Amino acid sequence: MSKEKGLETICITTGPTEVGDYVTLNIGPIHPAMHGTLRVITQTDGETVISAKPEIGYLHRGVEKLGENLTYSQFLPMTDRLNYCSAICNNVAYEMAVEKLLGIEVPPKAQLIRMIMMELARIADHQVCVGILGVDLGALTPFFYLIIQREEIYEIFEWHHGARLTNSMGAIGGVEADLPDRFHEKWPKMRDTIRRANDETDSLLTHNRIWMDRTIGVNAFCGDDALDWGFTGPMLRACGVRRDLRKDEPYLMYDKVDFEVPVGKHGDVFDRYMVRMLEMEESVKIIDQAYALYKELPDDAPLMKKMPKIIRPPEGQIYHAIESPNGELGFFIKSDGSDKPYRIKIRPPCYMVYQAFEDLVKGEMISDLIACLSSLNVIAGELDR
Amino acid sequence: MKFQAIQGEGWLLTKAEQLINWGRSRSPWPFPYGTACCGIELMCALASGYDMARFGAERVAFTPRQCDVLIEAGTITKKMVPVLKRIYAQMAEPKWVIAVGACACSGGVFRTYSTQQGIGSIIPVDVYIPGCPPRPEGILYALLKLIDKIEADHPLYKQRRKVVEALEAAK
Amino acid sequence: MSLKERIEGILGRDLLELTEFRGDICVEIPKNRVIQALTMLKEEAGFDFLSDLFGIDNLDLYTKAKKKKKKSEDDEAQEPEEKGPPPPRFEVIYLLLSLSTNERVMVKVRVPEDDLELPSITGLWRAANWPEREVFDMFGVRFKGHPNLRRLLMWDEFQDHPLRKDYPLEGKGEERHLNYDIA
Repeated sequence: MSKEKGLETICITTGPTEVGDYVTLNIGPIHPAMHGTLRVITQTDGETVISAKPEIGYLHRGVEKLGENLTYSQFLPMTDRLNYCSAICNNVAYEMAVEKLLGIEVPPKAQLIRMIMMELARIADHQVCVGILGVDLGALTPFFYLIIQREEIYEIFEWHHGARLTNSMGAIGGVEADLPDRFHEKWPKMRDTIRRANDETDSLLTHNRIWMDRTIGVNAFCGDDALDWGFTGPMLRACGVRRDLRKDEPYLMYDKVDFEVPVGKHGDVFDRYMVRMLEMEESVKIIDQAYALYKELPDDAPLMKKMPKIIRPPEGQIYHAIESPNGELGFFIKSDGSDKPYRIKIRPPCYMVYQAFEDLVKGEMISDLIACLSSLNVIAGELDR
Repeated sequence: MKFQAIQGEGWLLTKAEQLINWGRSRSPWPFPYGTACCGIELMCALASGYDMARFGAERVAFTPRQCDVLIEAGTITKKMVPVLKRIYAQMAEPKWVIAVGACACSGGVFRTYSTQQGIGSIIPVDVYIPGCPPRPEGILYALLKLIDKIEADHPLYKQRRKVVEALEAAK
Repeated sequence: MSLKERIEGILGRDLLELTEFRGDICVEIPKNRVIQALTMLKEEAGFDFLSDLFGIDNLDLYTKAKKKKKKSEDDEAQEPEEKGPPPPRFEVIYLLLSLSTNERVMVKVRVPEDDLELPSITGLWRAANWPEREVFDMFGVRFKGHPNLRRLLMWDEFQDHPLRKDYPLEGKGEERHLNYDIA
């Protein structure tokens, strides 16, 4: 077997690596533990990872260039396809960015509906992340419990705006439809079923000997390093830094609801898992309070601001970010006065997290590398755009 | 499989092709090639809500050597095309391909410089599922359609046709 | 002291232009003082978090401005065109955030087409690693001092820079061919 030739081919894609008695192991881009199309080229000394270079771009679909050729309203369905586990958060982030560019504010009823839907999407995203983390570590049962629960959230999305996964919820200027009638009976029961699914997962995993051995102390990361690498979201909060855009730069009506921000200590896989589980609980609280605020508004409160048929923002550039389930999701939009954006740049939260992958897993074993990758919740649609 | 007759001690009279098709169609082990959003719907189809295992897709094979059906769910970019070709080549005969979603059928909403406009030009596809993303029931329906297609296949007939044509050419 | 005054005080001569739009402050710094200005913003002004880094191609803006100017000139007397150097085609924008005061600032650097090089700021923030590679991939701007400046989103043998305005949306028919010839 021509060892040098094999390494040469791999060096083309990774740059110079330490050549020695190390085994070059290519994981991905199609692999059961790779969430979509991620590729990691590792050099291992037995089971220990010496270097792990991630390679991305296998799902680069040219969304930003497409944005320069579509109008502002036509770009909204493209934003669904970014973080497809919680598409509503992307939609709302984009709508809010364009509304900031136009300098308008949506009516309070629309803000509350957006908040309720976004928190439901956050619960759905965390359910998938925790479920898949379990599957990658061998715990298949919580995945089934959480996915069944997720079907109920999909039902609510379908009742409201007609789609399960790629929602395209709302419009620039507000929300197109009110909360469905069936939501009012379903929500009191659903908050209990969400809690029950979380409790079942918790009882299966949190104090499980095997789970604790595989996640506690794995990939511990310190907060200063995380800030230097540009981490945001649950990854940063697990390292001990209390940053949440819903509290620091409040948008919509997040300053009127009361919730806590769970913060970890060591930044290891267990902390990231616990932060996500606790955030699901906080999301249920937020939805309760937002729903109570929603019921105080009159039935005929407006849902959308009066918008022109073709949106032509004034010339200028803005940046707006929200707290998506993965971290800070930002949209930079530069407008040249026409009906199509001049430049749209999407700031994906998992982009900054995944570039630190080598630092995270150096010295760990291959199974810990898999655990780390699952806990990052890297969504390839968002990473590559 | 259609039985021609069952006589007393359990004799079975059928065509060899129908026996082969019966064996092939009842356990199509899928290879979930999920790249993008359709991959999440594929996951939902494989999970307990819309269980795909009841139609025979019980063991989700994560290696192409051990699978029967390549379920390609998601956008294929030009960077990914050689990978898809290689995985398809690694699968053992008999193999079938289901293209899930608009991106796999024809590039979907992404008509850009980096997206492959449909995988039909790279590997032979048996069932196309439209939708963006299709509902999990759509994926189940596609699997049933594929089972119907396998049962109506002529695996030996193709061999026989080649032999007949070779004999006629030799005459 | 408002944010504008603080930035003006700290940057001093390095500040070429300061604009504000819908509450977002955008600051322009010269190309040869990138690292010094960003270090001052990081250490003295307290902008210690790099949120994002990306590029913009201004080719269409300048052709549109020229067309508008020509249109208005056709109606009036014929005036000779100004023959100055063309404005720099590319811009690289850094988005900074102050963790203590939650204030954001956009820092803009103009890069002309004939001198497509900028110093890399991976020494200041490690978070600039992949964004700089992406700017190189999509626009062709090189970053001096970057540890690993290769293509990120497109495949390595790809020749063009896709996000430039003169590259068509549907591409030029490139394909990727890999030779899996490992014996």
